[in-house]
Amino acid sequence: MNSLRTEERTGRFGMFGGQYVPETLMNALMELETEYKRCLEDPEFWAEYHYHLKEYSGRPTPLYYAENLTRAFGGGKIYLKREDLNHTGAHKINNVVGQVLLAKRMGKTRIIAETGAGQHGVATATICAMMNLQCEVYMGAEDVKRQELNVFRMELLGAKVNTVHSGTRTLKDATNEAIRDWVANVDDTFYVIGSVVGPHPYPSMVRDFQRIIGDEVKQQILALEGRLPDYLVACVGGGSNAMGLFYPFINEPDVRLCGVEAAGLGLDTDKHAATICKGSPGVIHGMMTLLLQDGEGQILPVHSISAGLDYPGVGPEHAYLHQAGRAQYTAVTDKEALDAFQLLSMTEGIIPALESAHAVAYVRKLALQAGKDALIVVNLSGRGDKDVYTAAEAMKAGGIEVQMMKAGDPA
Amino acid sequence: MRIQQVFEALLSCGKKALIPYITAGDPELAVTEAAVLAMDQAGADIIELGVPYSDPLADGAVIQRATQRALEAGTNIHKVFDLVESLQGRIKAPLALLVYFNPVYQYGIGDFIAKCAAAGVAGLIIPDLPLEERTELQKTLEDKGRPLDLIPLVAPTSRERIAKVVTGATGFVYAISSKGVTGVRKQFAENLESFIGQVRAATNLPVALGFGIGDVETVAKIKHLVDGVILGSVLVQMIESAEAKEEAVEQISSFIRALRSELG
Repeated sequence: MNSLRTEERTGRFGMFGGQYVPETLMNALMELETEYKRCLEDPEFWAEYHYHLKEYSGRPTPLYYAENLTRAFGGGKIYLKREDLNHTGAHKINNVVGQVLLAKRMGKTRIIAETGAGQHGVATATICAMMNLQCEVYMGAEDVKRQELNVFRMELLGAKVNTVHSGTRTLKDATNEAIRDWVANVDDTFYVIGSVVGPHPYPSMVRDFQRIIGDEVKQQILALEGRLPDYLVACVGGGSNAMGLFYPFINEPDVRLCGVEAAGLGLDTDKHAATICKGSPGVIHGMMTLLLQDGEGQILPVHSISAGLDYPGVGPEHAYLHQAGRAQYTAVTDKEALDAFQLLSMTEGIIPALESAHAVAYVRKLALQAGKDALIVVNLSGRGDKDVYTAAEAMKAGGIEVQMMKAGDPA
Repeated sequence: MRIQQVFEALLSCGKKALIPYITAGDPELAVTEAAVLAMDQAGADIIELGVPYSDPLADGAVIQRATQRALEAGTNIHKVFDLVESLQGRIKAPLALLVYFNPVYQYGIGDFIAKCAAAGVAGLIIPDLPLEERTELQKTLEDKGRPLDLIPLVAPTSRERIAKVVTGATGFVYAISSKGVTGVRKQFAENLESFIGQVRAATNLPVALGFGIGDVETVAKIKHLVDGVILGSVLVQMIESAEAKEEAVEQISSFIRALRSELG
C-alpha cells in the first residue's frame, strides 16, 4: 500500500464520515471548514499552536524506553509515548489548543464541549481560562457521579458544567446535548469536539491537531533506533489519540497499526464498547461510522471500566482504516486493563489512565508473538490519577489484591 | 390525498394548513391512534407522527421524553407502520413520518420507501439528513416514481442554501422558526419575515412554519407569513401531563379545534 488516501472525497473516508446534522448547522460547518482550511495553510496559526503546546503544555512529550515493562512482558522493545505528561494529564489538550485558537480567529466568544470522564472537559476549561473565553461543558449525570472531582476541577477553572439527564446519561447523551446547544447558539458559539468524531470537518480537524503525537514519535524513534517502529499501539474510544499516533505512519506499509477497544466484561456479553470489533455501519452524532446498535438502528448502551472508552461510535477514519485493512483493531477486557494498570504502576512507576491501560494490556499479548527485536510504541494517552478510585473499587470487587513485587522481579 | 393537494384545496379557499405532531407510541400506540383520529376529526390537515429514536438530536426535552416513553413501551418501526396502515381510510388527513436517518438506513433505504408507500405514508421528514446527504434517498424516491414527498427543511441560518435545498422538492417546505431544537418558545428568529421571503422567492411550494409554536395567539401573529403551521411539543406536553388517556385526547382535540378556527 503505497499511498492510502483516506479522504477520497471531502469529508468522507470511504463510505464513512459525512455531515448528518440539522440544516440549522450546515452553514456553520461550512464556515468552520473554510476557516480551518485557511489555518492549515497559515504558518502563523501553527506557530501559535506550537507555542502554546511547548510553553504551556510542555511538549514535546518524551518517548520513553520502558525497560522494566519490556523485561516483564518478555518480548519486543517497548517505548511509551508519554502523552500523560501533558498539562492536564492527557493528549486531549493538543486538540483543544487548536480548536480554541480557531474559535478565536472566527470571533466566537462562547465555547461548549462534551465530556465523558472529564478529561476533555478539563482540558477545554483550562484553555478557556487561559484564553479568557466563556466555557460550558456537557456531562452525563452518570459521569458527573463517577467523576465528581473533575466536575470540581472544571468549575474551579471557571467553566459551567451542565448535567445531562437524557438517554443513558453518559458521553453519548452529553454529545447530543452539546449539539443541541450549538444548534440554538450557532452564531456566537464554537463547539470543541473532544475526539475524531462528529460531522465533517471535525474528524479531520481533530486528527490534524493530534497528529503532533505521531510526528514527534517518528522523529524520536529515528533518533533513538535509526528506524521506524514495527508496531504502534493505542486505545480507541472515539479514537483521537490513536488517530494522532497512526496518521503520520499511514503510508509506511511496514508499520503495523493496532487499535485497542474496550471489551468490558467480554465481547460475548452485551457489556462492552468494542465498536469496530462488534459494530455495524450507521449514523451517530452527525457521522456515518461503525456503531453498536440494534436491528432497528437504536443506539445500544455500552460499557467499559474506562469512561473515556465508553462510547457506542468511533471516528469514521478508524472505521475506514479497519475496512481497508490498514489498521487492526482488537479488544481487551476490564480485567485485563486493570491488570495492566497495576503492572505498569509497579514496573515503571507510571500510573496510566484506564484508557491507556487497555493499550498496555494488548502489548502484553503482542510482545510475546512479536519477537525480541520488534519495536513497539504504545501511546500512553493519559495519566491514571483520575482513575485510582475506580480502580480501587474494581479491584476490591474483583478480589484482586495489590501484589507485592520486588523491583527487578520478572513478572 | 397527496400533501400538495391538501395545500391547494386550502389555499383556494383562503385557509392555512394545520399540521400537528405527536410521537408514535407515547405513552402507548393506542393513545396515538385515538389522538390521530381525534385530531383528524377536529380539523388537522396533515398529521405528523414521530418515529421514536434513541438519539433525537434535533428535539428538545419534551419530545426526548416522549420518545423515551415510547421506546420503553416497546414501540418500534414495524408497529408504527402497522398503525399507519390501520389508519388508512379512517382519516382524511395524510400522514407524514418524522424519522431520524439511522433507523431508515438500517431498514434499508429502498425497503423503507417501499414500506412507507405500501402503508400509505404521504411524506417523510428526516431532520438529520441535509441536502448534502440526501442524494441516495432522493434518487430512490424518483426511481420508485415519487410515491411520497421528502419534505425539505430550511432554517433561518440557511441563507444562500435555501434555493438548493428546495430544488426538486415536493410536498411543502418545512421552515424552522428559529435557531434551536423543538420545544415551545416565546421568540422566533429576528429575521423571520425576510427568511420566509427568501424561501418564497426560491420556490412555489407551500411553506409551513414549525419549531416553538405553542398557542393560538402565536399562530394568529405569524399565520399571514406562511401557508401552514406545525405544532408538536405543546401537544406532546398535553399527553405527558394528562392523568388519563381520555383526558389527553380530549384536550388535544379542543386545542386543535381552537387552532382550526384561527386558521380558517
